[in-house]
Amino acid sequence: MSPLTGTGKLIRLILRRDRWLMPAWMVWVALIPVSFVSSYRDLYPTAADRLKYAATSGTNPTFLAMYGPLPDTSLGGIVAQRVGIIPVAVGLVALLTVIRHTRTDEQAGRREMLAATVVGRHAGLAAALIVTMTANLLVALLVGLGLSNDLPAGGAFAIGLGFAAAGCAFAAIGGVAAQLTENAGSARGIAIGALGGFFLIRLAADTGGSDNALSWLSWLSPLGWVTRLSPFAHDRFWVLALAAAFTAVAVWAAFALSARRDIGLGILPARLGPAEASPGLRTPLALAWRLHRGLLLGWLIAFVVLGGIFGGIAEGVGDLMKDNDTLRDMFARIGGQKGLIDTYLASVMGTVGLVASAYAIQAALRLRAEEEVLRAEYLLATSVSRTKWVVSHLVFSALGPVAALAVAGLTAGLVHGANTGDIGHQVPRVLGGAMIQLPAVWVLSGLTLALFGLLPRIAVAAWGALALFFMLGQFGEALQLDQSLLDLSPFTHVPRTPGGDVSVTPLAWLLAIALALTAAGLAGVRRRDVGAA
Amino acid sequence: MSDAISITGLVKKFGPTTALNGLGLSVRTGEVHGFLGPNGAGKTTTIRVLLGILRADAGQVRLLGGDPWRDATELHRRLAYVPGDVNLWPSLSGGEVIDLLGRLRGGIKPARKAELLERFQLNPKKKTRTYSKGNRQKVALVAALASDVELLLLDEPTSGLDPLMEETFRESIAEERRAGRTVLLSSHILSEVEALCDRVSIVREGRTVESGTLAEMRHLTRTTIDAELKHPPSGLAELPGLHDLKIEGTRVRCEVDTDSLDETLRRLTGAGVRNLVSQPPTLEELFLRHYATDGGEVRANGAEVVR
Repeated sequence: MSPLTGTGKLIRLILRRDRWLMPAWMVWVALIPVSFVSSYRDLYPTAADRLKYAATSGTNPTFLAMYGPLPDTSLGGIVAQRVGIIPVAVGLVALLTVIRHTRTDEQAGRREMLAATVVGRHAGLAAALIVTMTANLLVALLVGLGLSNDLPAGGAFAIGLGFAAAGCAFAAIGGVAAQLTENAGSARGIAIGALGGFFLIRLAADTGGSDNALSWLSWLSPLGWVTRLSPFAHDRFWVLALAAAFTAVAVWAAFALSARRDIGLGILPARLGPAEASPGLRTPLALAWRLHRGLLLGWLIAFVVLGGIFGGIAEGVGDLMKDNDTLRDMFARIGGQKGLIDTYLASVMGTVGLVASAYAIQAALRLRAEEEVLRAEYLLATSVSRTKWVVSHLVFSALGPVAALAVAGLTAGLVHGANTGDIGHQVPRVLGGAMIQLPAVWVLSGLTLALFGLLPRIAVAAWGALALFFMLGQFGEALQLDQSLLDLSPFTHVPRTPGGDVSVTPLAWLLAIALALTAAGLAGVRRRDVGAA
Repeated sequence: MSDAISITGLVKKFGPTTALNGLGLSVRTGEVHGFLGPNGAGKTTTIRVLLGILRADAGQVRLLGGDPWRDATELHRRLAYVPGDVNLWPSLSGGEVIDLLGRLRGGIKPARKAELLERFQLNPKKKTRTYSKGNRQKVALVAALASDVELLLLDEPTSGLDPLMEETFRESIAEERRAGRTVLLSSHILSEVEALCDRVSIVREGRTVESGTLAEMRHLTRTTIDAELKHPPSGLAELPGLHDLKIEGTRVRCEVDTDSLDETLRRLTGAGVRNLVSQPPTLEELFLRHYATDGGEVRANGAEVVR
């Protein structure tokens, strides 16, 4: 039996398992660039408009950091810049897909089951890599075909192949990471860490504008190679050879590592923990801290980044509007340049509030997860009361968003203040705009707990509520929905600040609703059966 | 002596299904009590009611002199529980889980913990996500046995252990009994209950069908006798309490009710015994008969019952 025996069967298994997810993702990725073409054509119809874009937003350091350089002042060039973050997402999905079909299966013991049948030792890895890379090449084809309707075919396929290059390179990195650790979570951490590192290298290379002292750095990152393809300007297809070589080396390394280890084990030894609990680990809250701290830290880092990006873009918002007379006139009526930035800040802090709600829901749903795997039962069989157990997790759902909004508001205020040379004035204003979201966030904490206490089986419906509030906030006014419908979302009632008037009444109402929901949830938990059903 | 656990007429329904249908159970303080029944008989549900995890629909339940639902937290300081399906927090080490659970109960005895870790050959430094089912079960067992409590509630605690560790488990339970602790041991492994328990309750379909000491139950079962005699025996066939009698010349095989044992042996020795093998009644037989007698035949899951 060769090490690759059974690869074909495993490919079919993966295609069966991912038959909905994978096509949906591919189509979505392929549609974004196409939709950008029409929207940027409307936004910058003439060559003069596009030159203005190139002189302002196209060279704004924050935009350059996020999206990479503007290769060309044609419509295609603008699209090529604005899809610049997509290779990161494509790489992320590729590495997650490979790890899910290799290490996750192995950790769950599914690979052991397969290894007992006629399947070679490398077949699983080979199947995961083949499926992921093929999917990425198909995405390249779809993007290329979709864009070449309106744009030159060379650049169109350069954009598509850039996506595929990132996807294949990070699929291979995922394959390597999957060999290293016993635990799928750690493998994901290593691979995502590599993605983050390569993104930062690209960011450092591009943020100083074209031909700055650090530009050479982008040759060190697969994500940098994607920008060096320079679609519509140079169409340097030879850069793809670098990506292909990198991918080949990483794939070779993954197979070499796979050959050296036993099924179920990793190359790196599993980390050991302490033989005894620290003296502090004696309360449900201490246990909850151990369970939540990693997730909370991850979210806080994300909030710092989010705040930094939103704060960094704030001043550039004015520049963006300079390109477009209609938009500028519209915002001028609201309050001129300063009013424009304030409106922007208040609106992005609303977004930050929605994201903080996602954390609040996730932290509260930990209760349901603990119940479903019977760990709650085990803990409640000790002297821990139901109330104490619920509160130990609720603390994170309630106070995690406080920390998250604080760091996001603080970072955004500091960055925006530094850009405008007015830190002392901006920090409290932006921070206030972030913190004022809290009562609305707490409504979602309370809603999740109420569902958990009263209707535990559909506790995950809290996510549905968040999705609804998000849609109402983003598209409600554009769709001209009735105000009573918009009022369903707690975020509709949060006063807009900085720049708007802050009234206490809606905040007090939101707070009261959050408290009532929490109390109902707690009462429900104290009364009902605990268990998986 | 008072009862550590006393349950009468316990009813628990989950929607349309009735899990417990008038179950009764009494566990005396200081005894090791076997709680026997096939899967789905209601053992785990009963234990969950005792832990105040589930709320009883009807019946009286007393645990250590208190109400398991109302007084849950105070009662839980005095007991330790080993679930049948042990799930632990993946990011904690085994040692951390043992200490944490002990502290959340009545406290942990460090010397006893060290001894048990050694005896069960458990590495407490490993993260619980890397443990096998058997090792997770050992973590729960060590945590329970090293805790300073009066009552142990063990739900099929050896289902993931290998035979060597089962033996270790039996030794540990024997020690607990000597230390005067009360143990409720739910199991469908009959030899385990036979080896460990003072008294046994057998449950089936949410009801207790039998309860008592092993000696009390043996009158319900039969001893198997296989004898080689000098002369062909006489007068055996008309003895009451003798079953499945087979006489082949001087060889006799039969099953004897405990009450008729004395008279049977008298008749056998009358014919001169060359060789005799007698097998004591096992709980397996007793159990099988319980599932056989009601419906006349062994139920479909009989094979699983006796394992």
